[in-house]
Amino acid sequence: MTKTEANKIFISGNHAFGEAAIRAGCTCYFGYPITPQNELGEYMSEHLPPAGGVFLQSESETAAINMLIGASAVGVRAMTSSSSPGISLKQEGISFLAGFELPGVIINVMRGGPGLGNIAPSQGDYFQATRGGGHGDYRTPVFAPATVQEIVDLTVLSFDVADRYRTPVMILGDGMMGQMKEPVVFPEKIKKLPEKEWALKGRGNGPSRYMASLILDALEMEKHNWKLVRKYREIEKNETRYEAFMADDAEIIAVAYGTTARITKGAIKRLRKEGVKAGLLRPITLWPFPSQAIRDIAQNAKKVVVFEMSTGQMVEDVLLAVMGQIPVQFHGRPGGVIPTPLEFSRIMYREYELLKKKSI
Amino acid sequence: MTVKTARKGRVVVKKEMCKGCMLCVEYCRRNVLRVSESFNKMGYHPAEADESAECTACMVCSLVCPEVAIEVYDDEDRSE
Amino acid sequence: MKLKNKWPKYYKKDVITHYCPGCGHGIVHRIVAELLEEMELGKRAVCVNPAGCAVLAYKYFDIDMIESAHGRGTAIATGVKRARPDLFVFTYQGDGDLSAIGTAETIHSANRGEHISVVFINNAVYGMTGGQMAPTTLVGMRTTTTPSGRNPEYDGYPLHITEVVASFPGVAYAERVAVDGPAGIQKTKKAIRNAFQCQIDGLGYSIVEVLSPCPTNWKMTPRASFTWITEEMTKEYKLGVLADRRARE
Repeated sequence: MTKTEANKIFISGNHAFGEAAIRAGCTCYFGYPITPQNELGEYMSEHLPPAGGVFLQSESETAAINMLIGASAVGVRAMTSSSSPGISLKQEGISFLAGFELPGVIINVMRGGPGLGNIAPSQGDYFQATRGGGHGDYRTPVFAPATVQEIVDLTVLSFDVADRYRTPVMILGDGMMGQMKEPVVFPEKIKKLPEKEWALKGRGNGPSRYMASLILDALEMEKHNWKLVRKYREIEKNETRYEAFMADDAEIIAVAYGTTARITKGAIKRLRKEGVKAGLLRPITLWPFPSQAIRDIAQNAKKVVVFEMSTGQMVEDVLLAVMGQIPVQFHGRPGGVIPTPLEFSRIMYREYELLKKKSI
Repeated sequence: MTVKTARKGRVVVKKEMCKGCMLCVEYCRRNVLRVSESFNKMGYHPAEADESAECTACMVCSLVCPEVAIEVYDDEDRSE
Repeated sequence: MKLKNKWPKYYKKDVITHYCPGCGHGIVHRIVAELLEEMELGKRAVCVNPAGCAVLAYKYFDIDMIESAHGRGTAIATGVKRARPDLFVFTYQGDGDLSAIGTAETIHSANRGEHISVVFINNAVYGMTGGQMAPTTLVGMRTTTTPSGRNPEYDGYPLHITEVVASFPGVAYAERVAVDGPAGIQKTKKAIRNAFQCQIDGLGYSIVEVLSPCPTNWKMTPRASFTWITEEMTKEYKLGVLADRRARE
């Protein structure tokens, strides 16, 4: 898909999810209203049918993910979106997609929680997304955009990864990113969709086929589980993505994703002006988590500070990655509070000062 | 006046597919079907056809059979 | 002698199902397979089967199938039909699947008038899991979770979901029949044929509720189960056409 400067559009994150999906050949969208991502469904209701697709507002998020299962089983590119509480209702369906080995793109525009929480941006669904919020032994590739442009790029990528590995794929945005507008460039609409001979299309003159995730024989189920694991190893090998920002000579490394990473970049620019060698490692895939990249960068750094808009979830993956080789400090603001660059720069500066004291 | 002879039919119970629910035995109006003394592999007493009985190929047995285990034959060329 | 009832084409050859002796599923499966052949639907049919006794239906029907999570069948069928309107899409569901956990999916797919057909097997209990109370369990009926009989004060009354959806304008055809003997079985085939024809003719949503025997969990003989349906179950669940909007333009 070629991108041309000409079609730079000033658009919100929620609308960008929709437009990018249409350009990626998504022909079925099933959704249910929930703030802060209502505009996504609204966009699809207006733009998908004229593009020859299906928009259907379902009676619940549970129904929506199951409509996606149906559409995906017959080979079309399908998407659903929601926000935190609604994503909880989709977990059963996501586990079934993993069991069926069916593609599907699920967008979570995260909000404050737990419970009804609020409609402000948050990153409290990290565990749910990366540890498999549904039942059973499965993993879900999870992409974390930080800008509206990245929403576009990662939505298109998500459909490719979902089809290539026949797996559900999740995108974790947040309420701020969904509402925020930025100028972005959209790719041309995809011309040729991937062939899916595995898709059901009525047996025709051939043998009948079926899709089922029930495997009563334990040894067979085990084989299926290890088959999925081989897939997940492939995904880990090929699809892990991250951004290193001013990290080469950094003595203190921040690890943050999405909106929090953008705030951290602001803090790092401030600190660099004051001679503090600070850098950022920004995971773009939350699963597979860029553990190796973090280990590499941590080699020549002295401290890692993890920033999240939660009470600390990704920090555990960072701890797992560095295995105690380097001290890891966590700083989080849950509940929908949006931290500021100044706040983060103070935290990092204080950690930097502590380092200086220790090293004298 | 045309005399219609009773249709001559015959049923075959697939012994190893029958689960002994006996619905066919209950509904056959000509007592063609009965419970077999023998067991099938699944451990059921399957239904079996009594060759001497007068089956008219009415197909009720195959209608009520949940296992599609009964084949019904009839003498297509009965005299009118 | 000529064979009058050859093996149904869309029923896996000589399959022995896991259903209990005298179970209504076996009869309705045969009827559906016969109709798929007679109405030449087998090649473009996709059936969504439930979690419940019929969870293994894909081992029996010889057409393309998707096994649904418990209760989600009509949502999956909606997705299939919306994505591929050229396919013939029907769900095959039990009473727990369709009128307990799947109530919302059932009501809203019907209310949207999805162009799908629903074969709804009502045997008044949860069969696969061992005979617990279902929304359709009759008042006073003993099940493994109503040991002293269903008590409306405590367990509510039998749910009439088909009457509910029959009231929706989006529903083109809704009928309740019973597998309670040869005549009932023939009516069941006729009703499902009407429902399938509805979808072929693009008239919208159709549903057939089939009162079906569950000898094992009712603790009756298959023959007695038929009689129990005729004499007891149809008192609560009246047979007949509940909605017929096929003639509307």
